[in-house]
Amino acid sequence: MLEPDPNYFSSFVCSGEIFELKAELNSDKKEKKKEAVKKVIASMTVGKDVSALFPDVVNCMQTDNLELKKLVYLYLMNYAKSQPDMAIMAVNTFVKDCEDPNPLIRALAVRTMGCIRVDKITEYLCEPLRKCLKDEDPYVRKTAAVCVAKLHDINAQLVEDQGFLDTLKDLISDSNPMVVANAVAALSEIAESHPNSNLMDLNPQTINKLLTALNECTEWGQIFILDCLANYTPRDDRESQSICERVTPRLSHANSAVVLSAVKVLMKFMEMLPKDLDYYGTLLKKLAPPLVTLLSAEPELQYVALRNINLIVQRRPEILKHEMKVFFVKYNDPIYVKLEKLDIMIRLASQANIAQVLAELKEYATEVDVDFVRKAVRAIGRCAIKVEQSAERCVSTLLDLIQTKVNYVVQEAIVVIKDIFRKYPNKYESVIATLCENLDSLDEPEARAAMIWIVGEYAERIDNADELLESFLEGFHDESTQVQLQLLTAIVKLFLKKPTETQELVQQVLSLATQDSDNPDLRDRGYIYWRLLSTDPVAAKEVVLAEKPLISEETDLIEPTLLEELICHIGTLASVYHKPPSAFVEGSRGVQHKRLPGSTGLGESLESPDTGSAAGGSDAPPAVIPSQGDLLGDLLNLDLTPPATTGPPPPPTSGMQLGAMDLLGGGLDSLMGAGFGAAPAASPASFSAPVSGGLDDLFDLGGGVGMPMGAYNPPKTVWLPAMKGKGLEISGTFARRAGIIQMEMTLINKAMSVMTDFAIQFNRNSFGIAPAGPLQVLTPLSPNQTIEVALPLNTVGPVMKMDPLNNLQVAVKNNIDVFYFSCQYPISVLFVEDGKMERQVFLATWKDIPNDNESQFQIKDCHLNSDAASSKLQGSNIFTIAKRTVDGQDMLYQSMKLTNSIWVLAELRVQAGNPTYTVSIPLLLVESESSNVFLFQSQATKGKKGTLI
Amino acid sequence: MIHSLFLINASGDIFLEKHWKSVVSRSVCDYFFEAQERATEPENVPPVIPTPHHYLISVLRHRIYFVAVIQSEVPPLFVIEFLHRVVDTFQDYFGVCTEAAIKDNVVVVYELLEEMLDNGFPLATESNILKELIKPPTILRTMVNTITGSTNVGEQLPTGQLSVVPWRRTGVKYTNNEAYFDVVEEIDAIIDKSGSTITAEIQGVIDACVKLTGMPDLTLSFMNPRLLDDVSFHPCVRFKRWEAERILSFIPPDGNFRLLSYHVSSQNLVAIPVYVKHNITFREGSSQGRFDLTLGPKQTMGKAVESVLVSSQLPRGVLNANLNPSQGAYTFDPVTKLLTWDVGKINPQKLPNLKGTMNLQAGASKPDENPTINIQFKIQQMAISGLKVNRLDMYGEKYKPFKGIKYMTKAGKFQVRTYQHFLMVQTSM
Repeated sequence: MLEPDPNYFSSFVCSGEIFELKAELNSDKKEKKKEAVKKVIASMTVGKDVSALFPDVVNCMQTDNLELKKLVYLYLMNYAKSQPDMAIMAVNTFVKDCEDPNPLIRALAVRTMGCIRVDKITEYLCEPLRKCLKDEDPYVRKTAAVCVAKLHDINAQLVEDQGFLDTLKDLISDSNPMVVANAVAALSEIAESHPNSNLMDLNPQTINKLLTALNECTEWGQIFILDCLANYTPRDDRESQSICERVTPRLSHANSAVVLSAVKVLMKFMEMLPKDLDYYGTLLKKLAPPLVTLLSAEPELQYVALRNINLIVQRRPEILKHEMKVFFVKYNDPIYVKLEKLDIMIRLASQANIAQVLAELKEYATEVDVDFVRKAVRAIGRCAIKVEQSAERCVSTLLDLIQTKVNYVVQEAIVVIKDIFRKYPNKYESVIATLCENLDSLDEPEARAAMIWIVGEYAERIDNADELLESFLEGFHDESTQVQLQLLTAIVKLFLKKPTETQELVQQVLSLATQDSDNPDLRDRGYIYWRLLSTDPVAAKEVVLAEKPLISEETDLIEPTLLEELICHIGTLASVYHKPPSAFVEGSRGVQHKRLPGSTGLGESLESPDTGSAAGGSDAPPAVIPSQGDLLGDLLNLDLTPPATTGPPPPPTSGMQLGAMDLLGGGLDSLMGAGFGAAPAASPASFSAPVSGGLDDLFDLGGGVGMPMGAYNPPKTVWLPAMKGKGLEISGTFARRAGIIQMEMTLINKAMSVMTDFAIQFNRNSFGIAPAGPLQVLTPLSPNQTIEVALPLNTVGPVMKMDPLNNLQVAVKNNIDVFYFSCQYPISVLFVEDGKMERQVFLATWKDIPNDNESQFQIKDCHLNSDAASSKLQGSNIFTIAKRTVDGQDMLYQSMKLTNSIWVLAELRVQAGNPTYTVSIPLLLVESESSNVFLFQSQATKGKKGTLI
Repeated sequence: MIHSLFLINASGDIFLEKHWKSVVSRSVCDYFFEAQERATEPENVPPVIPTPHHYLISVLRHRIYFVAVIQSEVPPLFVIEFLHRVVDTFQDYFGVCTEAAIKDNVVVVYELLEEMLDNGFPLATESNILKELIKPPTILRTMVNTITGSTNVGEQLPTGQLSVVPWRRTGVKYTNNEAYFDVVEEIDAIIDKSGSTITAEIQGVIDACVKLTGMPDLTLSFMNPRLLDDVSFHPCVRFKRWEAERILSFIPPDGNFRLLSYHVSSQNLVAIPVYVKHNITFREGSSQGRFDLTLGPKQTMGKAVESVLVSSQLPRGVLNANLNPSQGAYTFDPVTKLLTWDVGKINPQKLPNLKGTMNLQAGASKPDENPTINIQFKIQQMAISGLKVNRLDMYGEKYKPFKGIKYMTKAGKFQVRTYQHFLMVQTSM
């Protein structure tokens, strides 16, 4: 170099040099001044504090040398905040510069002013900014547009008061595309802090302007405009198509961010296009190449692209179904790219390409990187579960890998084989012997637990299962909780299968778990097993060895409503983290949830009004059992834990007694109470248990004079929202038709894939309700299709007291997963047709009941006369046996009989002109030999008084 | 939008920071350093790192991490693309993008960053426009500035920034008018152990160097445009014309630019220009392994395969290798276990071969990994996809320019998998 370049990095610490700089800054020579400012900037850049020079640097601002001016501006922006009073000194120069004939200087001035984040300065900024927003030069206007966003960040109120937001909105119609793009960018940023301000008022006219500007503005502007377009909801499919047509050229842009934003707009608007449209197919074809191209870019871009492709593949697998090969892993890809590629490979795996995929996965399993190898082995297991035809090849590949004896490969393989066993029971158990050979090499908790599960589950086929499990038991307290729990369950399973030889072992494990352990989970599970085994070994067998629901094909699919939201956020941080934006971005206060347009019913599903609530207290949504995927666990958690869980195990009978007492305490009482307690105010706390469609519905006689007679059937309510059902929404109700109880359901498929293989199961319940036949969904349920199903029920199933009594826990299975929800049936469906008691019997029974066994309820706002009420009730199998009139009051004596042969007698008092009925239920009388209703017998003999007015 | 930028070198020092909004403390980079520590290789640092109040988005180029700090929801690709643009601009201005070059030109760097982003919004990222705003440092200009006292900041509003062709400045003048186009194709492939192609694809670009006076309007047509079904264009290309006629029509930027990049996917047949015969084996119980590798040309349309470089990561258990190359030279790094063989040109009459033994640690068990062979090569005067330019025409100006087209094929990620014969137990699948 001819001129020695001043090395600005030479040490800059001593105050002597600051002093020296001060002198240079105040020099008369322009050149010296500039060099001095440069030195100051250089120190600032590397984080040294040169704020002490503030007044001297600001003095250099009054210059016509553009470079010097820019350098001073740079300095100002950095230090104005720490020297607000000094910064005011600069204001006049800014105001003057905003009037400069050179647009470059005007723009520079307005740009810099906005960056000086000092409150006092902002008020001086308003006038120059207003002028610059209307400047004749578009370069100044576009700079001013961004300045509004800066100012808003400092003082939002000021921006609104000064009307800058409106000016900004006007700029969307500017003739210069760059100005439009910057106005959109500024508005989007402001809108982010005002989620509900409706700043971007998008209508077809503004959309048209944006689309025009889209073609002519810079690549960055295109990103802003595309992201803004994505917020618009077209009026119809034609508008949607025309926007798509104008956006597709962006897919060929060299800037990957433009491409991905365009993909977002297209993915969203595509929802509105009818699938049979030719254009729809064309669009699908156009989407694949740009996505593939993103994968040949730099690894950082690839990563973001892959995270988004993961979403796209879940929503519309057809786009990339032929592109499997581009996701094959190269050995020198960064690990974060490798793992993402692997994930997408599994999503795209199908019968057609499974051979190729497996060959690749096998190759990956011999690579160096441990994390990647583990994921590859796991992937083989996921393929087995996803593509049934390949299961055998997958298992044999896994066995090959186990033969390598590479420790972590073996452990990972055992973990996935456990899942394969659960998916395809009784198919591959022949490999158990091979697995057992590797027992000693397992040192990771997950693998140990998996192996123990296998031994326990298939104890009857493993000759030395007891020895194997016993060997684990020696170091019981050193194992992790996961292994301990699994070991406990496995030994209990073993005991139930081979009780004679293993009694000692089971006692050992139970005492280890209950007496020697501090872990509450372990202790509780130990006690539960203990109590179960000592109370009723048959029941224990049913519970512990119950048939497990098959595990679903894709356990890690993103839940459909979240997926929809993420599709609307393609290209954003949300899409990289697969979480809704509200979940993690700070500063986005109350982000609005975006939803895909179009497809039927999607909009309503969120607010689906619970029309089922005829009277107070019944509009609670159905409680959904958390889908832990393990019905067994859920069963165990149900009602078997009476309050006395601490301390030694209670004697075997106490559980039942407690259950019965519990019932007396609030069970049936609460059922009837909530049913009749039409006025919520009249319900004491114990009745707060929501009873969806209780007896109050029966008496919902309000406008019913002209209503057709027949049983009252509550309207359908949503039992399983699509959010929880991976896209399957179930709403339903119960009805009694021609003597048969029916569960009437509406199934709606809100997911993107076809649903098949429906089945249903009930948990044990108070009245032994069970399906009388299989769930009749014969044709596959395609996306957005709705189907009505009526499932006949009987009451011969196993009985267990539920709380509330009419609670029913249901498991519905389809090809995607098993879903659990609970719902409540109206007790009235249990009233049988022959519930009319002989008059004599009625009178005799009525007399026998002590008066203090009477419960009273009032029903308000019934405008029917007693006859109409009586005939209406008869439709629901509530029979009037006798009628008496005393003092202008009609007394109806009624009987009904439940499916389990419990009689219910009631007295209904109706006073003409008074809309309030009084119901007295003196007794629940039982005439039944059926043993499974003992709970109600005790109810009948003891009764309970509760007068409610 | 982008809040701040930190530049971090390989040893973990922050050597430059720039804030476009309020100042974010350097301590935010601690999260980055944590991730860097966890990563086994420098390139394995994840590109998006969440911290309690910010997000760090980084790219690694020229052994420098460019770490952008963002606070609100911003498209990550937007940030990454912008960071790439910063790297390209530095390289464009200083010839190289190194820590030393950046430190030497720190004021220009600061001026550039200020000009490229305003409050986090990209302002001027086109190299043409930037060069009008801030003149690149050259020895000549430094000298002139010293003598005349003038500055390297442009006094004029960059003309291109507001016109309909923002990528081209006005008033361009050359005495020699010339337009050169380079068609460069990189072939990415994975070849399996038996020599069949698992996947192969071509990443192609057409880079241009156009030095033409005035406002020329060019059209470029191809013999076989149907090859190009997956393309990304420079903004200057008229997309409608391409859709309708498959002709590239554009007013070019001045100087060097990438006109087009394209992708020929695995759906089409991709010719594989080289083949590898390999035999790498370790025997159970023996502390020696055999290594034998031969390269040969294949589907090269008669063109020579040059600048061939073979590299392979040998298993960790290999202590050293004793090999004999028939041509070129090989090195084996006993620490990284990287074997490289600089082959040079492949002579089809006498195929290059590398043969010998590898020594394992005595008593160590046979290695688990399968080495992958990575091959680099160049083939001049050929685009492996078969793409050919038909003609280049110029409209709008009267003079006759000098035109030139050059073709080249390179290996991208070209990998051949091997396997060790003992490892896989054959199964009845």
